[in-house]
Amino acid sequence: MTAATEYTLAELCIVACAEAFRDDGEKLATGIGVVPRLAASLAMKTFNPDMMMTDSEAFMLSEPNPLGDRGADFVQKNESWMGFSRIFDNVWGRKRHAMLGPTQIDRFGQTNTSALGGTYEQPKVMMLGARGFPGNSISHRNSFFVPSHNTRVFIEGECDYVSSIGYNPARLPKGHSLEDVDIHRIVTDLCVMDFGGPDHQLRVLSLHPGVTAEQVKENTGFELCMPENLPTTAAPTVEQLEIIAGLDPHNQRAYQIKDNPPGNRG
Amino acid sequence: MDKRLSAADAVAQISDGMTIGMGGWGPRRKPMALVREILRSDLKDLTIVAYGGADVGMLCASGKVKKVIFAFVSLDFIPLEPYFRQARQNGAVEVMEIDEGMLLLGLRAAAWGMPYIPTEVGLGTDVITHNPEIKVIDSPYDDKEWVAMPAIKLDVALIHADRADARGVCQIEGPDHYLDDWFVRAADTTIVSCEEIVDTDYFHDPIRARQVFWERSETTTVVEIPGGAHPSSCNPQYGFDVPHFKTYVASAKEEGGFAAYCEKFLGKDEAEYQERVGGLDAIRNIALPIY
Repeated sequence: MTAATEYTLAELCIVACAEAFRDDGEKLATGIGVVPRLAASLAMKTFNPDMMMTDSEAFMLSEPNPLGDRGADFVQKNESWMGFSRIFDNVWGRKRHAMLGPTQIDRFGQTNTSALGGTYEQPKVMMLGARGFPGNSISHRNSFFVPSHNTRVFIEGECDYVSSIGYNPARLPKGHSLEDVDIHRIVTDLCVMDFGGPDHQLRVLSLHPGVTAEQVKENTGFELCMPENLPTTAAPTVEQLEIIAGLDPHNQRAYQIKDNPPGNRG
Repeated sequence: MDKRLSAADAVAQISDGMTIGMGGWGPRRKPMALVREILRSDLKDLTIVAYGGADVGMLCASGKVKKVIFAFVSLDFIPLEPYFRQARQNGAVEVMEIDEGMLLLGLRAAAWGMPYIPTEVGLGTDVITHNPEIKVIDSPYDDKEWVAMPAIKLDVALIHADRADARGVCQIEGPDHYLDDWFVRAADTTIVSCEEIVDTDYFHDPIRARQVFWERSETTTVVEIPGGAHPSSCNPQYGFDVPHFKTYVASAKEEGGFAAYCEKFLGKDEAEYQERVGGLDAIRNIALPIY
């Protein structure tokens, strides 16, 4: 395993996101968006072959599909039917790890995919809706990928609309514990984080090459836990880059982070 | 028994103020020809229940909707449905915004004649704080609180299928029937449009029989409308019409955009609509999406 010297920030993030799936074992990994999907696919093809994945439509696969047009001769490696109604059976059975990109994340790890500003009756900006976030957040492990780490995503106050449960004592349902919530990793264009700080505070685990602790603090709307002597996020290996290129033959990953910067910004 | 009707006669079963559930998911296998028939009608004050796409957007834009029960409204490759967004941002429709799974549980409760189904989904989120009609209850069996997801009873379900016989045996040939079976079971009246009406012996083949997801007793009416899911997809027959959706989305940026869209495409009936969007052969030649 040779660490690559040339790689993009998107590729660094794919590898960092893949790490989130390392210890999952036999769970359904759902990566929504190009970077999370490539991350889950990389994990399944390398260190977690037990992982399960769908074709994003209706079948479970024994090998991940490459992204985009796969040519007329391509035969996907189906292992079972997995339509949407069955996804809910899996979610409520808790054997899933989803990685998605919410519009807002607050200091409790609550997220918003629904609407910005205004009221419930008349939001200022309507977005997707709650989608499956409420159910995902209380049923199984979740991770987030944020392609642009800034104070509009990591907001100062509470989310305008709370789509998913987080570590907020004020909203803790009766008979539940904050430990029931499992927000595993938050990977951004600046760093890797979790909610393992004191009282579930957002905590930085590693800084991407060339990124400073100060940069992360400035771009986060609330206090986060910044341990001393943080490691640098591991560079992709040459082997990982080859696998990623095979999974993304049309290079969709080049369009996921603004201007597709190099991974090392030092 | 013969359940075949014309689209106009089928939609004539709907009255003002009814709650209508829509099959399909986002831009996939939506009963769009039946939606267009509603657009041509005088119906109003409808409550729409959907995993929403342009079906919800168009009905909102036409002013026929009082309330939407939804978890998302999206065209997938264009994440935000422009006319639903406008309706929300203008405060033009009431809403019950819930989780995708809660919507399924609400339909199941209705299908099974239960007032609610307990779930932990929604706890700790604004789904509960913003929807006071969704109650949180104590359990007789443990010390936790649970969301009592109320039944979502439908007056009518609108579904688009691949094939049906005259008695209402309906086939969904594509890779996913989504939650269509639960919309059907939650409804008093189910209207199914289909690509093709077939003879009953079509279903003697056990593979085809396995593509039937509810009993014919749940089907009220069948309408043969080939291409009737356009511009949404009907996999494996055809994909969704990306250029048409882009035109539709662009229309929302103009003042009076939806009226202009209808003026250009809707027509007096489905035959005229299909002529205006390039014809049935063109619809059937739309490539399937790659995910």
